[in-house]
Amino acid sequence: MEKFEKITGIAAPMPLVNIDTDMIIPKVFLKTIKRSGLGVNLFDEMRYDRQGNEIPDFVLNKPQYREARILVAGDNFGCGSSREHAPWALADFGIKVIVSTSFADIFFNNCFKNGMLPVILPQDQVDLLMKDAEKGANARMTVDLQAQEITTSDGTVIPFEVDAFKKHCLLNGLDDIGLTLEKATAIDRFETMSAQSRPWV
Amino acid sequence: MSPKTLYDKIWDAHLVDQQDDGTCLLYIDRHLVHEVTSPQAFEGLRLSGRKVRAPEKTIAVPDHNVPTTLDRAKGIENEESRIQVEALDRNARDFGVHYYPVSDIRQGIVHIVGPEQGWTLPGMTVVCGDSHTATHGAFGALAHGIGTSEVEHVLATQTLIQKKSKNMKVEITGRLRPGVTAKDITLSVIGATGTAGGTGHVIEYCGQAIRDLSMEGRMTVCNMAIEGGARAGLIAPDETTFAYVKGRPHAPKGAQWEAAVNWWKTLKSDDGAHWDKVVTLKGEDIAPVVTWGTSPEDVLPITGTVPSPSDFKGGKVEAAQRALDYMGLTPGQKLTDIAIDTVFIGSCTNGRIEDLRAAAAILKGRKIKEGLRAMVVPGSGLVRAQAEEEGIAQIFIDAGFDWRLAGCSMCLAMNPDQLGEYERCASTSNRNFEGRQGYKGRTHLVSPAMAAAAAITGHLTDVREMMAETA
Ligand code: SF4
Repeated sequence: MEKFEKITGIAAPMPLVNIDTDMIIPKVFLKTIKRSGLGVNLFDEMRYDRQGNEIPDFVLNKPQYREARILVAGDNFGCGSSREHAPWALADFGIKVIVSTSFADIFFNNCFKNGMLPVILPQDQVDLLMKDAEKGANARMTVDLQAQEITTSDGTVIPFEVDAFKKHCLLNGLDDIGLTLEKATAIDRFETMSAQSRPWV
Repeated sequence: MSPKTLYDKIWDAHLVDQQDDGTCLLYIDRHLVHEVTSPQAFEGLRLSGRKVRAPEKTIAVPDHNVPTTLDRAKGIENEESRIQVEALDRNARDFGVHYYPVSDIRQGIVHIVGPEQGWTLPGMTVVCGDSHTATHGAFGALAHGIGTSEVEHVLATQTLIQKKSKNMKVEITGRLRPGVTAKDITLSVIGATGTAGGTGHVIEYCGQAIRDLSMEGRMTVCNMAIEGGARAGLIAPDETTFAYVKGRPHAPKGAQWEAAVNWWKTLKSDDGAHWDKVVTLKGEDIAPVVTWGTSPEDVLPITGTVPSPSDFKGGKVEAAQRALDYMGLTPGQKLTDIAIDTVFIGSCTNGRIEDLRAAAAILKGRKIKEGLRAMVVPGSGLVRAQAEEEGIAQIFIDAGFDWRLAGCSMCLAMNPDQLGEYERCASTSNRNFEGRQGYKGRTHLVSPAMAAAAAITGHLTDVREMMAETA
């Protein structure tokens, strides 16, 4: 997995609440057996009309946000299905950081597995970042994972919390499976024990 | 020992390792797999030369993409869907996991097949690359959805890296009134708590109204824990649970059965256990409900009227306006005046035999509204066979329903079963998101009985009025 350290980029505002995984990547694009290439279909039904033409009003179609790397979003981002295609599509488009007051659990976890950082902040701070994002292409924010800080375009610094283990894995680009396999003896031990206590499993 | 919740107990029984920062490694007893979220995971195993650690605990079944028309033995027309199902065929064979192919009568929606075959048992940890894994919580199993990277992780290690969630209790006191079902309970809870109400929590459903439910009703309740934001829903196992499990193909037998039941009986929350959040609803207060918007929290009793965006605050104002525009509804409109084009009965929420019985009880001797499209998709081949045996299939057919083969079908419309643009559907599934059942399609979530009532009248209908007619 690619390491995540620090990102400076344009932030796109999406104040809508409950942005669900069907909006992020509609199911017609779940038929792939690959992980890559989903970026063009990110937010497909909001982004294109039925003929495949871009809908100019949609935030990521506006010239100033086409290169966005950060998304500032309304409450409960990523609710809905477990599809990892949602973070795959965001990452493929170039979004590495999403800021909201809350995220759906599975989506939140899926981000970390793909080298992306979801940041939870209180409402007033999300509002402040939303305002900053609305300034468009001049508003480049910096997200520094090591320091756990977001710096807005005018230099305001907003600290954020992140799980220590997840941070460690992101900073070092660590692969979960490799880490877990180092604990293979503990898993063996558990299996032996549970074969005795719960033989029906 | 301090008092524990049911969730605490199952968690403790599966803890393989705990780091100082609270990150845990949890053992997984059952891993269910379907064709949409697994190809990249199996590919990952291949690329790294890894095997499935416990193929005997891994169960695969194609459901999302499979056609549900009677001629499906001909194969899948859509090339991408076909490739996905073929990939599962190949992966199941290459890695040696249990498999129910499309041609097997036991094939069906993964969350219906698991319990039906006795794979899901109380006290287990169950995961699947699918958010509605929460369904299995009805057995008192800790069951939740995972992403594809986690699917690969479970395949390779039979464990999951987890942090413990908080405990939330949802109590439904008293008894349900006639015409009110498990679906109305679970939607009403989401209406009360919002779609983020359970975020970060595992919900335990309890109270008299939950105890009174059958296993199938309990599965309906837990199924939608995810729509309430919780990763998992739980119901403590009891005699109803044991009676359902006993004798199923993969349930324990003989002395093992006795030992298992003895342990299962200890699986309940202790008095004085700590709850981070408690929500209580009165069973008597729950009405048959429908959703009016594009989020499962947009729930109202069928006797209500379409709300106005000004009834809401904050970010929800814009979301409500957007939902009304999308759904083509006007504030103040009576819900029972909303005409529908299509009825869909099925899905892992409401595709079991009791769901079909409930719908058939309303449909018996009646016909669906002329011009309406109505489809019933049993949750598994076995549900379908049983419905045929009981004569329920014939009731659906006589009423004018299309009687299909098992699969997810129009619940998410990955196969050809889809809504057209602006087509309005009364659906027993679990999500009313924009585009969920087809591009620009409009979904109203309801119980099977309510779906049947709507099929007859051609508009959203209070099923209680029809029950009065029948009685
Ligand atoms: S029936 Fe619907 S919700 Fe259930 S697994 Fe299939 S697609 Fe998902």
